[in-house]
Amino acid sequence: MRNVFLFIRRFSNFLLFILLQVLSIYLIIHYNKYHNAVGTAAMNEITGRVNKQYSEINDFFLLKQKNKALHAENERLRNMLKQDFETPDTSNTVVTDSIPYDTLGNKRKWLYQNARVVSNSVTLATNYIVLGRGAGQLLEKDEGVVDTNNGVVGIITEVSQNYAVVMSLLHKDSKITAILKNDPASGGLVIWDGKEPNYLSLTNVRKSAKAKKGDTVLASPITAKFPAGMILGTIDDIKPDVSTNNFVIKLKSAANFYNLQYVYAVKNYQKEEIEKLLDKVKSSRPQ
Amino acid sequence: MSTLVKNIVRFVLLILVQYYILDKVSLHQMVVPYIYFLFIIWMPFNLGRAWQMILAFLLGFTLDSFRHNPGFHAAACVLIAYLRPFLINMLIPQEGAETNYDEPSARSMGGLLPYMLYAGVLTLIHHAWLFFLEALQFGNFWYFIIKTLLSTVITLCLIFVAELMFARKQKFRTNTA
Repeated sequence: MRNVFLFIRRFSNFLLFILLQVLSIYLIIHYNKYHNAVGTAAMNEITGRVNKQYSEINDFFLLKQKNKALHAENERLRNMLKQDFETPDTSNTVVTDSIPYDTLGNKRKWLYQNARVVSNSVTLATNYIVLGRGAGQLLEKDEGVVDTNNGVVGIITEVSQNYAVVMSLLHKDSKITAILKNDPASGGLVIWDGKEPNYLSLTNVRKSAKAKKGDTVLASPITAKFPAGMILGTIDDIKPDVSTNNFVIKLKSAANFYNLQYVYAVKNYQKEEIEKLLDKVKSSRPQ
Repeated sequence: MSTLVKNIVRFVLLILVQYYILDKVSLHQMVVPYIYFLFIIWMPFNLGRAWQMILAFLLGFTLDSFRHNPGFHAAACVLIAYLRPFLINMLIPQEGAETNYDEPSARSMGGLLPYMLYAGVLTLIHHAWLFFLEALQFGNFWYFIIKTLLSTVITLCLIFVAELMFARKQKFRTNTA
């Protein structure tokens, strides 16, 4: 027994070193899975607070650009006003085949929740964005996040009371299903190769697709995360892959990840219902 | 300023500079500047080895928490904190220099060359371990080698600049009252 203590005493530094290394590697393995992006909500809360202070200072220097973006957004919204359109015929009534929920008789599917970006990075291989809005303000995990001009930014992977962590499109594990605006039947998967911020790769697009440089790529509206018309980016470079039947496409992302400041998280009110339905079908299927 | 206060200020400042300035700079995928572990390079000589490792772990873990990627920097920092005393013993010129000076610097290590060698070896080990752990997750062998070498060069430049900008006054302490 005495020898054991002597051993521990003699090699205490080495043992501490091994212990700390093992702890670090445990942290790496345990917390770096896709949806366990952050894990410790407590650390999230603390770093979120520091980030908020920083972003308040940083905001000041970006006021001009932000003004411009808000202008663009206002313009877009104004163009959607009802008074912009003339009603040609009043004898027809519009019938919607859904259960009425709000006063207009339509069931709400998407809700935009604005949030402020308190921290963001573009230079790492795994970039996360922290939003200054969390579970206490009704954000939930797995909601899609878009910027003020409808550019896709990422997907929420973790929420704490007042902050939420978004896996940016600029993350090695980010995978978003996309369609081509000009050819909605074709689409692929948008990933990030880690090389250059603001440039993404679009994979799995067949050579038969009508794609050319400058085309817009949208997030697929049939997934439960983004409404129709959310832009992933525009095609910057396209060339056929010699070994497969696919194109190799480089996208310029629609969102500018260098100066994100205000974003919208999009909540899908019907996701739960659809998932429940799918579960029901799966469980009742005869074996 | 007492050693404790000085080191606390260093810890906070280096983390803030690393996360809010250097991490926002995108030079190239392969060239990643690091400065935060200057805290470990500059730790006092007379600090216990266990404390050095615990402080290094805290430093790495703090940066990891900001980056939402726990573990990587903590592992690299603990490794260099463990190897630091061996390196100092090898490079320090004469017996007793550790007791005459507070912390490693060009002066206390007897010239710029041994000091930059000390900083260089620690930087190389730090980067190698960090990028090796990263390469296990994504990337490959060449990614690891090239990124380690290029990043070490840029980090050493940063350390050299930091050394020139923030000249540390090192008193020569003698025990003859």
